[in-house]
Amino acid sequence: MRKFLGLGALISGIVLSTTASIVTAEDYVIDTKGAHAFVQFRIKHLGYSWLYGRFNKFSGEFSYDASAPEKSAVVVELETASLDSNHSERDKHLRSDDFLNVDKFPKARFESTRVESTGPGKANIHGKLTLHGVTKDVVLAAEDTGAGKDPWGGYRQGFFGTTTIALKDFGIDYNLGPASTHVELILSIEGIRK
Amino acid sequence: MLKNSIVGYGWISIGLHWLSALAIFGMFGLGLYMVDLTYYDDFYKTGPYIHKSVGVLLAFLMVARLLWKTASPKVAPLLSHQPWEVRLAHGVHQLLYVIFFMLVVSGYLISSADGSSIEVFGMFSVPSVIDSIDNLEDIAGEIHEYLAWLLIVLVVFHVLGAMKHHFIDKDNTLRRMLFPNEK
Repeated sequence: MRKFLGLGALISGIVLSTTASIVTAEDYVIDTKGAHAFVQFRIKHLGYSWLYGRFNKFSGEFSYDASAPEKSAVVVELETASLDSNHSERDKHLRSDDFLNVDKFPKARFESTRVESTGPGKANIHGKLTLHGVTKDVVLAAEDTGAGKDPWGGYRQGFFGTTTIALKDFGIDYNLGPASTHVELILSIEGIRK
Repeated sequence: MLKNSIVGYGWISIGLHWLSALAIFGMFGLGLYMVDLTYYDDFYKTGPYIHKSVGVLLAFLMVARLLWKTASPKVAPLLSHQPWEVRLAHGVHQLLYVIFFMLVVSGYLISSADGSSIEVFGMFSVPSVIDSIDNLEDIAGEIHEYLAWLLIVLVVFHVLGAMKHHFIDKDNTLRRMLFPNEK
């Protein structure tokens, strides 16, 4: 009898915990179709100003639980050839083997490994960034930018996150000058709840 | 002596020929050189600027050349030229023009793919026509590079032909492109 009780408790425990995770952690698809999501980057030009660019083609998903942010996870994958800095000659150069080598490395990817809450609506998303064929651990400083129903019957959740990477860590060693060795990656996304 | 006649080229055709030859060689060298320049080279911005400006001017020159050629009396092949030589030479000439203009268009598309116009030595600008194709600059860039090499291969063939006539056949083929025929 005791044995049965123990087993029953174990089963109900499993059922409870799975139900709990289903109920609280919601899955979202990043709204790339409606273009309410942006993968941008910025780098200092000669140390004098910020140059902004973006990747036009990407997709991703995340799961988020506002009450237990550490249970959240995110995956974003982008096409490196979709780089756009509003200057065709520069884009061509950035896609070449001097920089991203998009023919050889057509995809870049970020996948979270662990989410650490740093305050209300704020978190450090630890994860693996694969770029230029190199995978490195990065930390995305993220914030919950808002959530709620949309006018068309859906539910949306927004996030903003940034991380700064050293180009040479990812095997990109073209000399852009001492002020331009790092790039800030900026993820501004809205997810639609599945 | 300015105009072409049935027996030879006039100074205008000769001048246009050598000016475009000089520009094409220069553009090929500059093109190969500038793509390997790095961010801190003095010529990093000037190289492409000159390449684009000269490219546009050269395209106009080549159009003028074609118009002049069409409006002029056709220079007859030398009597010593074999029929196969005449056909081959004409074929190479036509290809040189076709590849040249494809080269110009592909180069133009690299720089105008984002909708910006191409400035020619600060004198005027050529506006963009196509700016809505994804990665157009990459495709055009690759084509531009292949065509440039193809054009140079054809030029080498063209030069070899001229050399053959000058040194082996010892005829007036090359001399006709250096000086107008006196008669």
